[in-house]
Amino acid sequence: MSNKVIHALYNDDDVLMDAVKQTRLAHHHIEEVYTPFPVHGLDKAMGLAPTRIAICAFLYGLTGLSFGTWMMNYIMIQDWPQDIGGKPSFSYIQNMPSFVPIMFEETVFFAAHLMVITFYMRSKLWPFKTAENPDVRTTDDHFLMEVAVNNNEDELTSFLKNTGAVEVKVVEKH
Amino acid sequence: MYTFSSKLKNLSLILMVLGALGIGYGFFTAPKNTEEVEAILASGHGEHHEASASKHEAKPAHKEEVHVTEIVKDSAALAVNHLDSISKNVEEGHVAAVATPAHDTHEAKSEGNEVAHDAHAEHAEHVEHVFHQLQNKPWAALYVAALFFMLISLGVLAFYAIQHAAQAGWSPVLFRVMEALTSYLVPGAIIVYVLLVLSSLHFNHLFVWMDPEVVKHDELIQGKAGYLNVPFFLIRAAIFMGGWIFYRQYTRKNALLLDETNDATYYKKNFKASAAFLAFFLVSESMMSWDWIMSVDPHWYSTLFGWYVFASFFVSGITVIALTTLYLKSKGYLENVNNSHFHDLAKFMFGISVFWTYLWFSQFMLMWYANIPEEVTYFKFRIEHYNLPFFGMVAMNFVFPILILINTDFKRVPWIISMAGIVILCGHYLDFHNMIYPATVGDQWFIGISEISSILFFLGLFIFVVFTTLAKQPLLPKGNPLIDESKHFHY
Repeated sequence: MSNKVIHALYNDDDVLMDAVKQTRLAHHHIEEVYTPFPVHGLDKAMGLAPTRIAICAFLYGLTGLSFGTWMMNYIMIQDWPQDIGGKPSFSYIQNMPSFVPIMFEETVFFAAHLMVITFYMRSKLWPFKTAENPDVRTTDDHFLMEVAVNNNEDELTSFLKNTGAVEVKVVEKH
Repeated sequence: MYTFSSKLKNLSLILMVLGALGIGYGFFTAPKNTEEVEAILASGHGEHHEASASKHEAKPAHKEEVHVTEIVKDSAALAVNHLDSISKNVEEGHVAAVATPAHDTHEAKSEGNEVAHDAHAEHAEHVEHVFHQLQNKPWAALYVAALFFMLISLGVLAFYAIQHAAQAGWSPVLFRVMEALTSYLVPGAIIVYVLLVLSSLHFNHLFVWMDPEVVKHDELIQGKAGYLNVPFFLIRAAIFMGGWIFYRQYTRKNALLLDETNDATYYKKNFKASAAFLAFFLVSESMMSWDWIMSVDPHWYSTLFGWYVFASFFVSGITVIALTTLYLKSKGYLENVNNSHFHDLAKFMFGISVFWTYLWFSQFMLMWYANIPEEVTYFKFRIEHYNLPFFGMVAMNFVFPILILINTDFKRVPWIISMAGIVILCGHYLDFHNMIYPATVGDQWFIGISEISSILFFLGLFIFVVFTTLAKQPLLPKGNPLIDESKHFHY
C-alpha cells in the first residue's frame, strides 16, 4: 500500500465548496483542505464535528471563579481577617461585593487563557513548529484539497479535474 | 394577514376584567382611617415584619462580640508588661460602672411619666405612618404595573430605532411585530400620565415631594424644588411622552407608505428619524427615570440610575419581542422567521441581561463600598425589608439567563427561550417593584391581590392593543430594501 495522495488546487472558494461536496458524495476520503482564509460553511461541507472549545472555556471559567473565591476567602477571611477601613471580614458573604471584581477577572482570565492554550495544543501550534504547508500558494490565493488514493489514481485524477480544479497532482507522502 | 384569534381576544378581555376587579378590591380594602390600621397592626402582621428585621440585625452584632473577645484575649497576652496600668484602668472602670446605674434609676423615676407619654405619641405616629403606606399600596401596585408595561413598549421602540439606525440586515422581518408592540405606547403613556396627574392632585402619596406640608419641613427637598415641582414635572412628562409617541406614529406611517409605494425616500426618512429619536430618547429616558422613579426617594440620588432603568426595560422589551414572535411563529404566521432570528433575539436577551447586572452591581457596590449614610440607606432598607425580592431578582435576571442562554443550541429552542423570557420578565417586574415600593409602601409591601391584579389588567390591555394593531397590516414589510437579506438571514 503506497501512501499517495492527490492535491487538487482551486482558485475560487465557491468552486472549492462545490468540489468538496461532490467529492464527499462520491465517497472519496478528504484528508485535508488548505485555504488562505476561513471559508464559511467549509467545515459543514466536509462533515467535520463541531468544536467543543466553548465547553472547555466554560469549565475553565468555573475553575477561575472557584480559584478567585477560594483565594479571597483564604487571604481576607480565614488567614488574617483584619479590619481594613471598616469592611466586615467576619464571613465571605459579608464582604463579597468587594471581591466580585476579582472573581470576575479571574473567571475571564482562566477562561480566555486556558482556552487559547487548549486551542494551541489541540491544533499543535508552537513557536518553532515546522510549517505543514503542501504548496506555498495556499497562503495567498489558492485552495488545496488533499484526497487519499486507494489504487484508483487515474479515476480520481479525472474526477477531480472535472470538479473545476486548476491543477491536479499526485504526491507521494512520507 | 394576521387575524386576532377570538381565544386570545377573550383571554385579554378576561384578564382586563379580572384585573380591574382586583384593582377595585385593592382600593376598597385599603384602610380608610387609623383605627383600621390599629386593628391590622394588632393582628400581628406588622409585628412579624419588625421581629424578623431585628433578628437580622442581631446576628452580625453577636458575631462582632465574639470577635471582640478574641481580640481582647490576644492583646491581654501581649500586655503582660503593662499589667499594673491595666488593673488600674479596670478598677476605674468598675467605679464608673457602679456609679452610672444609680444615677440612671434616679433620673428614670423622675421622668417615668414623660417616657410613657412619649411612647404613646410615638405609637400614634407609627400608626399614622403605616396608614399612609397602606393607603399607597394599591396606588403603587397600579403605578408599577402601568409603568412596567409602558416601558416595555418603550424598550421595543428603542430597539426598533436602533435596528433602523444601524441598518440591521436580520431584523426587518420582525418590524411589523415591533411596530405592533410599540402601539401600546399610546394608551400606556396616557395611563401613566393620568396616574402622574392624579399624584399631583394629591389623590395618593406616591411622590412625597408633591406634598407641600412635607416640603415645608424638608430643606433637602426645598433645595431641589427648582426641578422637583409639579408644573415642570408634568410638562417634562408631556414632552417625553409626546416625543416618543410622535416618533412611533411617524415611523409607522412611513413604514406603511414604504410598503405601498416602494419609494426609498420613506426608508431614508425613517433612518434619519430613528437617529434623531435615539438622541432624544437617551436624554428623555434618563430624565424620565429621575422623575418617575428616582423622585419617589427625593433624598437619594444615583448617577447611573438612568442607564440602569434603561437596561431593565430594554431587556424586557427584547424579551417581549422574542415571546411575541415565537407565539406568531407557532401559529404559522411568520414564514420568513427562522431559528437564526430567534438565536439573535436570545443573544440580545442574554447580553442585555448581563448588562443590566453590570449596572445593578455597579450601583450597589459603589454605594455599599463607600457606605456614605445619605446614599446607603437606599440599599440598607431594601436588604432589610425586601431581602428576597432584592436578591431574588438578581437570580432571576442574571444567574438564570446566564446559565440557560449561554448555550448556542438552547438559544434556538422555543420552549427554552420562552421559559427564560418569562423568568426575565418576572425578574424585571420585581426590579421595578423594588424601585417604587420601598419609598411608597415601606415594609408593608406584599405581592398580593392588588399587585397581581394590576399586572393582569395591564397584561390584558397590552395583549389587546398589540394584537389589534398586528391584525391591521400584513406581517411582512415588503418595501424595506433589506427585507431579502432578512428573509435569508442565517447564522
